[in-house]
Amino acid sequence: MSLAPAGALPSSAAVTAAGARAAVPVARRRPARRRAAAFGWGVLAAFLAAAFAFPVYWMIRTSLLPTNLVSGPELHLWPDELTLRNYDTAMFHQERAPFVPALSSSLQVTFLVLVASMVLAFFASLAVTRFRFRGRRAFVLSILVIQMVPGEAMMISVFQLVDSWQLLNTVIALGVVYLAGVLPFTIWTLRGFVNGVPVELEEAAMIDGCSRPRAFWKVTFPLLAPGLVATGVFAFLQAWNEFMMALIIMTRPESMTLPVWLRTFQQATKSTDWGALMAGSVLVAIPVVVFFLIVQGRMTGGLVSGAVKG
Amino acid sequence: MSSTTLPAAPPEAAPAPRATRTITAARLLPWFLLAPSLAVLAVVTGYPLVRMLWLSVHEYERAQLLGVPAPFVGVDNYVATLTDGRFWTVTARSFAFMLVCVALTITVGTLVALLLMKLGRVMRLVLSVGLLLAWAMPPLAAMLVWGWIFDTQYGVVNHLLTGLTGDSWMGHSWLISPLSFFAVAALVIVWGAIPFVAFTLYAGFTQIPGEVLEAAQLDGASARQRFFDVQVPYVRTIYVVLIVLSMIWDLKVFTQIFVLQGIGGVKSETSTLGVYIYEMGMAQGHYGAASAIAVIFTIIMLAISAYYVRATVKEEQL
Repeated sequence: MSLAPAGALPSSAAVTAAGARAAVPVARRRPARRRAAAFGWGVLAAFLAAAFAFPVYWMIRTSLLPTNLVSGPELHLWPDELTLRNYDTAMFHQERAPFVPALSSSLQVTFLVLVASMVLAFFASLAVTRFRFRGRRAFVLSILVIQMVPGEAMMISVFQLVDSWQLLNTVIALGVVYLAGVLPFTIWTLRGFVNGVPVELEEAAMIDGCSRPRAFWKVTFPLLAPGLVATGVFAFLQAWNEFMMALIIMTRPESMTLPVWLRTFQQATKSTDWGALMAGSVLVAIPVVVFFLIVQGRMTGGLVSGAVKG
Repeated sequence: MSSTTLPAAPPEAAPAPRATRTITAARLLPWFLLAPSLAVLAVVTGYPLVRMLWLSVHEYERAQLLGVPAPFVGVDNYVATLTDGRFWTVTARSFAFMLVCVALTITVGTLVALLLMKLGRVMRLVLSVGLLLAWAMPPLAAMLVWGWIFDTQYGVVNHLLTGLTGDSWMGHSWLISPLSFFAVAALVIVWGAIPFVAFTLYAGFTQIPGEVLEAAQLDGASARQRFFDVQVPYVRTIYVVLIVLSMIWDLKVFTQIFVLQGIGGVKSETSTLGVYIYEMGMAQGHYGAASAIAVIFTIIMLAISAYYVRATVKEEQL
C-alpha cells in the first residue's frame, strides 16, 4: 500500500501543468520543468513496456534460434543467426500430436463457444433486466455464486457426464462444458450493459409505433455493442486458452486442442525441445494477440461502463 | 395504453379486460429467454455441483468409480478435512499468496494507469502495446515461456545474474525452494494481471471530468489528496469489482502453480487450494474428501465476497 502515495506524489507535476492556466504566478517556470517531467515519464513508460513485453520477445527469439544455440552456454540476447526450422518441427514433425487437427479443434470449439455464449447471454441478460419475475433474484445470485466454486472439484463429475453421453473427444461436448463455464460471467457482464440503457428509450420508440421486440432490436441492441464485444472477448479467451478440461475430455491426439497440444512438447522421458516449444507457443499466441490488438480499446471501455453501471 | 402491455411493469398493475393472454405471455417470455442458458447451466454446472455436495458426504474413492457402492459417512469428510493440518497449511499459504498478488496487482496496476494518464500519445501507445502483449499471451504459453526464462540450465535469468554478479548462477534452481517458487509464481501472475487492471482503471480515470480535478486543485488539494479524495472515490465501483475478481482469481489459481510444479516445484510445499483439490481428487482418487474441501473453499469465497454479494442483492431488490 505504501507504494501508492509515493507514486502519486510525482504525478502532481503533470496534473498541475494541465491546470497551469489557472495558476498564473508559477506559470512562467513551468515549460522546462514540464518537458523534463514528460521526458522522465516517457523513459519510465518505455522501460515498463520493455519489461512487460520481454517474455514475448524471449519466446519469439527462442523460436527463431537454431537448436544448438537455444541450449548453448552463450546467451544470444540479440541473435544474428535465425531459422524457421523450429516452426517446421512444431507444425509438421510433432509425432505424438499433429498441429493441424489441434488447430482445427481449437477453432471449432472457440467459434462454437463464442457464438453460443453471446446469443445465450444476450437472451438471459434481457430476461433478468427487462422483466420482473419470480426466481429472477435467485438466478442472478446463483450465477454470481457459481463463479466462486473451484472448477477442479467438478472435473470428475463433468468427465463422467460427458463419458455417459459417449461424447468424449468431441468438439460439441467440450464446447458445451466451456459454454457453461463462461455463461455466468457473460450474463453478469451483459446484464450491466442492458441495465445501462434506459428503458425509456424503448418506450419512446414504442409510443412511435414500434412493437416491443422491434423497439428493443432497433434502439437498445445497437447500444449494447461494447458489451457484446466484452462478452465475446471473454468467451474467446476462455475457449482458446483452457487447458485442464480439454486435457481430460480431448485425449485422442487427433482431437486435442492447442493448449493440450502445446503440453505434449514437454515429456517426462525426453529433454524438452525448447525451440520447437517456443515456436508452438508463438503459433498459439498469434491469433490472441491479433484479436486483442483489434478489440482492446472497445473492450476495456466496455468493462468500465459495465462496472460503473452494473 | 401501450405501457400496460409492458412486461417490465408489475403484473398486478396491468388492467383486467383483455390482458389475461398478454400477462401469461409476458410471464412466460423471460423464461423462454432464460431457457437455453438455464438448460446448459443446470446440466453442466448444476448437476456436478449437486454431485459435489453428494460426494462430500459419502466415502468415494477409486473403487466407487468402478461401481462399488458409496457408503454415506455424514460429516466425516468435513471433520477429516478440518482436522487435517495439511488443509490449514494449504489454506494459509493460499491466502498469503493471494494477498500478496492482489496487493501488488492493484498497487502497480494503479501506478501504471496513472502513468498512462500522463503520457503523450506516442509513449502511451508504446506502453499500451507492451501491456497488451503481456495480456494477450495465452496462460499456458506464458507459463512455458516463464519456465524457460527461469530454466535451471539455460534460463536467461541465470545467465544475466552470472554476468552481473560475476558469481556462477548457472544450475541455480528457482523452483526448488518454496519461497523463490512463489516469488516466480507471483511475478508471473502479477505480470499477467496488471495489464487488465491498468487498462480498466485508466479507462475509469479518463471518465473523470477534468473540471472536477481542476476544482479540487484550485481548492488547494495536493496530488495525493486529489488521488485519494477525488480519483479513487470516482472509480470506487471499478476498484471493488477489480479487487473482488482478483481475489477470486488468485485464490483459485491453478494453471500457473500446476505448470510450475511440473517444471520443478515440490508439490507438498507449494500447492495452493485449487491444486490441492485437484491432487486429492483427480490425482489420488479421494473424491469424497476433495469435494468436502471444495465445499469449504466455496464457503470461504462467499464469506470474502459477502460485501459484494450483499450489495448486489440489495441492488436487485430495487
